[in-house]
Amino acid sequence: MPLVLLITFTYYPVGNMIWYSFTDWDGIDQTKNFVGLNNYIQLFTRPQYFQVFTVSLYYFAASFVQMAIALYFATLLSFRTRFKNFFKGIIFFPYLINGVAIGLIFLFFFRPGGTLDATLVALGLGKMGHFPLWLGNPGWVNISLAGASVWRYTGLNFVLFLGAIQSIPSEAYEAADIDGANSWQKFRYLIVPGIRRIISLSMILAIAGSLSVFELPYIITGGANGSGTFVTTTVQQAFVFQRVGFASAMAVMLTIVVLLITWIQRKLVPDDDVALS
Amino acid sequence: MSGAMQEEQEMSSEPISRRRQRSQAAIRVTWLFAGLGKYASLVAFCVILMLPLVVILFASFKSAKEYLTTSPITPPQDWLNFSNFGTAFFDGDMLQGFGNTTIILVASIVATILIGTMTAYALDRFTFRFKRVIFALFLIATLVPGVTTQVATYQVVNGLHLINTYWAAIILFSGTDIVSVYIFIQFMQSIPKSLDEAAMLEGASRFMIYRRIILPLLQPAIATVIIIKGIAIYNEFYIPFLYLPSPDLQVISTSLFHFTGPFAASQQIIAAGIIIVIAPTLVIFLLLQRFIYNGITQGATK
Repeated sequence: MPLVLLITFTYYPVGNMIWYSFTDWDGIDQTKNFVGLNNYIQLFTRPQYFQVFTVSLYYFAASFVQMAIALYFATLLSFRTRFKNFFKGIIFFPYLINGVAIGLIFLFFFRPGGTLDATLVALGLGKMGHFPLWLGNPGWVNISLAGASVWRYTGLNFVLFLGAIQSIPSEAYEAADIDGANSWQKFRYLIVPGIRRIISLSMILAIAGSLSVFELPYIITGGANGSGTFVTTTVQQAFVFQRVGFASAMAVMLTIVVLLITWIQRKLVPDDDVALS
Repeated sequence: MSGAMQEEQEMSSEPISRRRQRSQAAIRVTWLFAGLGKYASLVAFCVILMLPLVVILFASFKSAKEYLTTSPITPPQDWLNFSNFGTAFFDGDMLQGFGNTTIILVASIVATILIGTMTAYALDRFTFRFKRVIFALFLIATLVPGVTTQVATYQVVNGLHLINTYWAAIILFSGTDIVSVYIFIQFMQSIPKSLDEAAMLEGASRFMIYRRIILPLLQPAIATVIIIKGIAIYNEFYIPFLYLPSPDLQVISTSLFHFTGPFAASQQIIAAGIIIVIAPTLVIFLLLQRFIYNGITQGATK
């Protein structure tokens, strides 16, 4: 039974998708014309489609910012801290919020005369009416959206890092204390090696994640002004322009890339948790 | 578990660091500065994180005129002006959204637990042909990016005539949930096989063993799955958006998404809608913090 569901809703569609990707199907027509590699050639040669890869670079860069912030605060809070649970809660909570709500929150935030503009004015960093259109200017839109993504996901990285740091045995810290290690040395020689595995996992998630960004740009800008990501473009091609064949080719490409990255990660960092046999 | 270890570690290391602090004044000064920097950066970051949320809270209490004439970062004049919440909740059909979300949530979670525990039981306790192949199939399926395959999944769901029925969402949420299967298997490996064997000697059937022994012992894993799954389904936007377009079947995410049309001119009402959507999440988070942290960590590292 679960196998039937798995096959019906994962493998059968994936199989179909590969087949569609070689056709010009529009999703309705009875006939599907075989067009060979045409869809793939279009994907790689038309600049407007290839541009989506550039967009993922913004999110990829942002995910490093995100990991750095998360690691910094996870390290801080792994030491003795007042109101620790309070800080932990605030940093983590954005991750739990409904994606549509986050999208609308950032529409408020970035709108002309909105929260960001008003805050910058209050801090004396500019005058009202002189700010760029954070979501309307193609030079800014991806930075703004990537910022929103950092806001949303830092909490997840933070909690994962914090958990990994706290699972370092306490004897190690005691030994370090006796040896007179300072906080930086503890970080460098105890914490970093202790969480190497979770960092490498986060890296992979960052690459795969930056290619499959969807919800925030779809809700905030609808992919306008050069903010279209791989997935928003795929969805638009399939369900708005009815180009199911072409969209399938995009989806197949993405799946291959993600599988490839994961495979490389498994090779580089052998997984030693569940022995499944 | 790690929290307890942490506390223990802090207690034992404390006298040592204190003694050192007392004896070396210079170190104390650096500690003071490090401490100041630490709290300053924590507070600054929390302010940045809270800012986008707090202005929404401000906006939700403002009247239409007040919203247009005041700066977003000015607090509202009247903290008891709940009229926006009423408008958002009733005119925005949020009650229906909550109702539909609840139906889908409960049905999907029950289905996930039944299917997931049974799959895990079969995969962990039995040996049969193609078992490794099935494992591999489950493993690879976790890696296929979700939203893009909807291009083809849509055709399947359409072919089964499930568009605009609760079933589309319920089946997609529970049918291919591999993360929960993994959590169940991992937990099941810690239940000794001798329990099964003892029960079998007493004459219990396979199903009785599952029902009377495995299922009750899996309770902590089930709690974890309920939390991860519950949050994910409450927040899911794309599946209901694609498969349940009918206004009667709006879930909470899609009903909020549709606010942007009719309420475009009255942002304070959208703000109230956002607060209404976040409020249940906040309450659940405050009540179940410890379980949520554990559940999310387990779910993400699979």
